[in-house]
Amino acid sequence: MSNSAVSQEHDNGGMGVGSAHADESGDQYLTFIMADEEYGVDILKVQEIRGWERTTPIPNAPPHIKGVINLRGTVVPIVDLRRCFGLDQVEYGPLTVVIVLRIDGDHSSRTMGIVVDAVSDVYSLDKDQMQSAPNMGDSFDTSYIRGLATVGEKMVMLLEINELLDLDDLPSDKELKQQLKAEA
Amino acid sequence: MSVDISQFYQVFFEESLEGLDNMESALMALDTDNIDAETINTIFRAAHSIKGGSATFGFSEVASFTHVLETLLDEVREGARGLAPDHVDLLLRSVDAMRGMIVTLQAGEAIDTRDSDGLKVQFEAILSGDQHVPEAAVESVEVADELTPAGWKIEFAPHADMLRTGNEPIRMFRELAALGDLKVQCHTNKLPSFDALSPEECYLSWTLTLLGQVALDDIKEVFEWVEDEADIAYHALAEGTVDNVADYIDNAVAEGGADQVVASPRGANEAMVNDMLTEVPDTNAAVVTPLKEHATQKDAVASHSPPQATAKAAPKTAPKPAAESSIRVGTDKIDQLINLVGELVITQSMLGQLGEGDSEDFTQEKLLRLQEGLSQLEQNTRELQESVMRIRMLPISFSFSRFPRMVRDLSQRLDKKINLILQGEQTELDKTVMEKIGDPLVHLVRNSVDHGIEPPDVRRAAGKPETGVVTLNAYHQGGNVVIEIRDDGAGLNKERILAKAYENGIVNPSDNLTEEQIYDLIFQPGFSTAKEVSDVSGRGVGMDVVRRNIQELNGSVDVKSQLGKGSTFTIRLPLTLAILDGQLVRVGDQNYIFPLVSIVESIQVGRNQINQMAGGSQVLRLRDEYIPIVYLHEIYSTTADLHSIEEGLVVVVEFDGGKYGVVVDDLLAQQQVVIKSLETNYRRVEGVSGATILGDGTVALIVDIAGIVKMGGAGQAIKQIETMVKNMSKAKVA
Repeated sequence: MSNSAVSQEHDNGGMGVGSAHADESGDQYLTFIMADEEYGVDILKVQEIRGWERTTPIPNAPPHIKGVINLRGTVVPIVDLRRCFGLDQVEYGPLTVVIVLRIDGDHSSRTMGIVVDAVSDVYSLDKDQMQSAPNMGDSFDTSYIRGLATVGEKMVMLLEINELLDLDDLPSDKELKQQLKAEA
Repeated sequence: MSVDISQFYQVFFEESLEGLDNMESALMALDTDNIDAETINTIFRAAHSIKGGSATFGFSEVASFTHVLETLLDEVREGARGLAPDHVDLLLRSVDAMRGMIVTLQAGEAIDTRDSDGLKVQFEAILSGDQHVPEAAVESVEVADELTPAGWKIEFAPHADMLRTGNEPIRMFRELAALGDLKVQCHTNKLPSFDALSPEECYLSWTLTLLGQVALDDIKEVFEWVEDEADIAYHALAEGTVDNVADYIDNAVAEGGADQVVASPRGANEAMVNDMLTEVPDTNAAVVTPLKEHATQKDAVASHSPPQATAKAAPKTAPKPAAESSIRVGTDKIDQLINLVGELVITQSMLGQLGEGDSEDFTQEKLLRLQEGLSQLEQNTRELQESVMRIRMLPISFSFSRFPRMVRDLSQRLDKKINLILQGEQTELDKTVMEKIGDPLVHLVRNSVDHGIEPPDVRRAAGKPETGVVTLNAYHQGGNVVIEIRDDGAGLNKERILAKAYENGIVNPSDNLTEEQIYDLIFQPGFSTAKEVSDVSGRGVGMDVVRRNIQELNGSVDVKSQLGKGSTFTIRLPLTLAILDGQLVRVGDQNYIFPLVSIVESIQVGRNQINQMAGGSQVLRLRDEYIPIVYLHEIYSTTADLHSIEEGLVVVVEFDGGKYGVVVDDLLAQQQVVIKSLETNYRRVEGVSGATILGDGTVALIVDIAGIVKMGGAGQAIKQIETMVKNMSKAKVA
């Protein structure tokens, strides 16, 4: 059944794709819910899923860095995805979920957590089941969206984690100071 | 199977280097007019054990060299011979040469014996200057020749199926070629006719001639993987046959070449043979030169003239970092650890017993025992932690020991008379800290010798004794190790430092600097007051690097000086890098940790003690000092409970010789914290030196005093940055 779904996947979401158990060939994605939308991340990047706990804020950090937590002895930063995506802020409680991701950089790998509303499902998706993200113009940066996929009647946004959590993109204090100087 | 002695190499290297250090320091202490038997015995023993060890392990170059040294020392020991100061120089140079050899061996490279041969000739000259040439010396030369054959002939006949196991003769030959000059002769007589040839089998055998002083073990290592799959025979080429070797090789090459031409058209082995054809001409060309060198060396020995080469007897290359490093730990420290672990096991089993049974069984009495057990566990853990830390601690003499030699060489070069005094050599310091403090210390000592101590005539004119004194002193103070480098030289010249600082634009003539601040200028980048740049120091790179290196270790360095009386550099270092004594403070709902070492005092202040300065910053009048004030919550862009300064507490911290007040809500407990890096998973954060995990499992940030002082100075800019960050992130989201 999944094979037929694959062949018809270009019908713009006409037919549902089976869940993880049906198709062994594609990449597997863990999906989660935020503000009623479903997002997916490469399951191989997921280290663990845990409940929300209070973070220790980092001084002068960008607003979407919630702070750091103690993950069995290592200090792990937590990224607020709602902030990243410009969604409304909600109060985080014991039901809020943190997905801990392992991100491979050029030289080393980093562990980071993302805060999401709830974890949803695991899907196997082929490359050709994915559409590239539509160009939304300059107003919205879509580089961190790997693609869009349709599962059942729902759209799933597959995220490019390395892109999303690339800290080097954020202006550092030094750069800000330089900018400040240039303006003065 | 024979015992693989290469596993003991590392121990031998370390022991030898240690022995050489002992030898060096004993030589430095040696008074040539009045030779102390114990000192000469120390030197002799060190030389003797290096000789024994190197002979055992087959490092014949070291063994033969040390033997000559030992012979001389033996005669001195028995009183048969006196020791002139230049003999001591020679011995010191030979210590350098041996160190060079051992470091080379440690790096797994072949030894260059030119330096040691030169020295050997000089020693032999000294020895034979005596009426009777000691027989031992003659013997040693013979021994040396026996131990180091001029080359090896290797018969290598692989079994037919060797290629199937992935072993490639060409690769082995290349490795051999790296050991010395290699001649390869290929035997093709077993090659079957083309239709009978199986491409996966090996039909060739080789005769290899390796010229050069190569240890048999090194050769065997190359063939280690094919020992069971080939017939290998090794024949040493004796010294006497060397002259014939060239002829032999020429013949061999000629034969081999012919063989290969025959072999080349034949199927599977073709590529291999072609490879060899291309390689042969290279090695052929190289073979002639070493033989000639050998001859000239022999001439040199015969004429007993000290060769020029000895002038550069110092170790040639910087030692490669050894693959694995180890430290020696006293058995008492290990015993203590084992005792502690024993106690830990007992505590664990006691707690385990308490945990058994149902929840109903848990009585009040059990709770008490549980609490008792937990407090015992806490104590065990702390003691275990301290003991483990102590294992990493080494006496600072490891770092100090190089200075007597260095000061001696420098003072000779600069024509100064200097007496070096070492104090507190048993002060213990973390191994990593020790490794990193070496270079800054060398720099400071050089500075004291070069710039500090004056030449003898100047000293005499100033009414000081001709011989200057440089003192190195180390001691513990609180949780710190303090190292002082003190000299009784000229001291720092305030006027000259200031003039230079004006010139470089580091300070303005209008600035009113205290004496301490002026002296502190020498740690600025690009600052050197040496009138002339010498090869010892004074290039203006240095003091700033020294300070930076020390600050990287969470330490500090400052200088006190008196013109004409001398200067003292004081280095303060934490005992260890992994654990910090911290003061927990509260700002709003967050806890932060101040390094306890940088806190001078913590006080409550009234509004009347605060003065506003131009530009919006505040200063606190504390006794007779004005101290700039920063609010931690402002720097960290968080909120604090306090509305005005008298509701909070001022933590007075010291940094770079200056005092600063940091305003916090409350002081909490003092505790030891384990430093965790923020950079592993995040990035460097300005004003934060790291993080730690508190007892309740939450993360607390460690305040970087230097960082917040810098950020506080630019308080105005920081606020602007805050608003900018907010604006930019809004833009990114939108």
